[in-house]
Amino acid sequence: MRLIRSTLDWFDARLKVGTAIRETADHPVPSRSASWWYVFGSGALALFLLQVATGICLALVYVPSADEAYRSLQVLNHEQALGWFVRAVHGWGSNFMVAVVLFHMAQVFLFGAYKYPRELTWMVGVVLLVVTLGMAFTGQVLRFDQDAYWGLGILTSIAGRVPVIGGRIVQILLGGPIIAGETLTRFFALHVFVIPGLLIGFVGVHLWMVLKLGINEYPMPGRLVDKETYVAEYEEMVRKDGVPFVPVAFRKDLVFSGALIAAVIVCAAVFGPFGPGGAPDPTIIQTVPRPDYFFLWIFSIAALMPPSLETFALLVGPPLAILALLLLPLWAGVGEKSWRRRPVAVLVVVFAGLGWATLTHFGSTAPWSPVMDAWSALPVPAKHLQGRSAVVRLGALVFQNKQCRDCHALGDAGGRRGPALDDVATRLTKDQLFRQVLQGGGNMPAYGTNLSPAETTALVAFLETLHPANEPPARDASQPTTPVR
Amino acid sequence: MTAPVTRRSLLLKFGIFLNAVAGLALAIPIVGYLLSPARRKRMEGALTWVELGEVSAFPEGQVRMATFRNPSTRPWDGQTADIPCWVRRTGPSEFQVFAVNCAHLGCPVRWFPQSNLFLCPCHGGAYYADGSRAAGPPPRGLFRYDYKIENGRLQIKAGMMPTLGNVIASRTTPGEPCA
Repeated sequence: MRLIRSTLDWFDARLKVGTAIRETADHPVPSRSASWWYVFGSGALALFLLQVATGICLALVYVPSADEAYRSLQVLNHEQALGWFVRAVHGWGSNFMVAVVLFHMAQVFLFGAYKYPRELTWMVGVVLLVVTLGMAFTGQVLRFDQDAYWGLGILTSIAGRVPVIGGRIVQILLGGPIIAGETLTRFFALHVFVIPGLLIGFVGVHLWMVLKLGINEYPMPGRLVDKETYVAEYEEMVRKDGVPFVPVAFRKDLVFSGALIAAVIVCAAVFGPFGPGGAPDPTIIQTVPRPDYFFLWIFSIAALMPPSLETFALLVGPPLAILALLLLPLWAGVGEKSWRRRPVAVLVVVFAGLGWATLTHFGSTAPWSPVMDAWSALPVPAKHLQGRSAVVRLGALVFQNKQCRDCHALGDAGGRRGPALDDVATRLTKDQLFRQVLQGGGNMPAYGTNLSPAETTALVAFLETLHPANEPPARDASQPTTPVR
Repeated sequence: MTAPVTRRSLLLKFGIFLNAVAGLALAIPIVGYLLSPARRKRMEGALTWVELGEVSAFPEGQVRMATFRNPSTRPWDGQTADIPCWVRRTGPSEFQVFAVNCAHLGCPVRWFPQSNLFLCPCHGGAYYADGSRAAGPPPRGLFRYDYKIENGRLQIKAGMMPTLGNVIASRTTPGEPCA
């Protein structure tokens, strides 16, 4: 024990950091801030350190070459001892890190921590969020599979929409005219050197400000922030009611960080690594590209946005959102901190969360995408065929063969791009069915040139039978009734 | 009151000046290096004629996939430089060659000969056989390559991923009829 002590003293006599470390550890924090609500920031930091450690391990084997990357991922998964586990921890760690950073942001927003004098701490935090998402996207690219390839295609297509210089931006992003060797190396440089460097730098500034300005006090409803008096009040509170950061607040941070890392390890061990999916070969077009979960909401917006608004929303929306977050503390930098008296703030978080969850759900089910194999994989429900005439059965065949099923569900199976057709005959008359099939419209292609008159007649005959047994098909009120077949 | 110029203050100023010059001499080539993919010469040189094969490999009235090796490649490009395209032969020497990249966000469109449609798996874009937009979010029809026939072989002018910022073909008519 004495030996350890004297060794440490030897080092500190030269390093001169002991005092700084002791002061940081002992610095008083408001006793109520040593709360379980205040653990997300340190949790994100712990996950970042985990990412650095596992990332370095992966870089020992991974080959950042468009030709070799996919094979090196296979080696990591299947040949390199425990390579699968390190990949899994890195992948799950990134998912956890994005989630914890978002929770941290929601918490400091609801607790008014961005108000005077911590405006800049919040702004640097916004930069850290952007940088973290940058890590997530570039990391997804390094998992160089089909999803990575076509994800780059989506990024490229968005960048190509920039007016005037879009084409040049695409070239700089890709490092050339197509997604190829130089694209992967530049995303490797971003993921491994540039963005981690930014992350470390901004985390340093963020932490420095947290230490120098003091951690946000636990907000009390009615205790308003006033620039004239706040600093003095805070210092008074810390002097009267402060507890040392270590161990009173630190032990909760420690428990939460440990639990997070344990959770990452359990997920990694149980669920394994993410991908890689199919090989990054653009000639294999039998693929359904999907982004990782934290970008599914953008994927949904790209599908659901009216086309006329899309370019604007994709190019101007994200910068505007980031700008709004950056300017928030300048706009609402004083006044009430407690979420109990900030209903709008609570609603913003609730709506943002619900919106995010809804869009993510849509993104994972993608009801706007045709189900590419529905026409050949799904049977026509038997009730639509039994006891029907030959022409109706032929119509059912046309319905399948012409891929109608890819966009229209029958019996709850098939595409969801267009309306389900189980009761289409109650909505459209025979003439309207003909018109819709031949001319399309309402976001449906026209099939006039693709169907022979016989096929069209059969198809409409089939569609006319699609109505519940107790509900008659729609009819044209201007025509005399004809007996229902 | 200005401080008198001494040898020491001059040395400091000279030091700052020297570093500024050296910094500039380093920054200019680095910026040039970083922006080099967007140089006009390189962008214009990217598009060249590549061969897709014998004309007879593409039956009239049908749509077939063809692949080509991207003309400008690096030795480590691997499979990523193998680029697919859709070839539609409309007459003895009339063709339409479409990029596989959806005009919406670049996902690969698939050809369905039964319904004569190109369908995109990402956001549900649909195109007719002639490449014009049929449904979904795409803002225009499929991107087309310029083509020519030499010695009975089909050639296209290719080498760049088509986006709304880089419309590859000169003959593409943006206002193609939609349904």
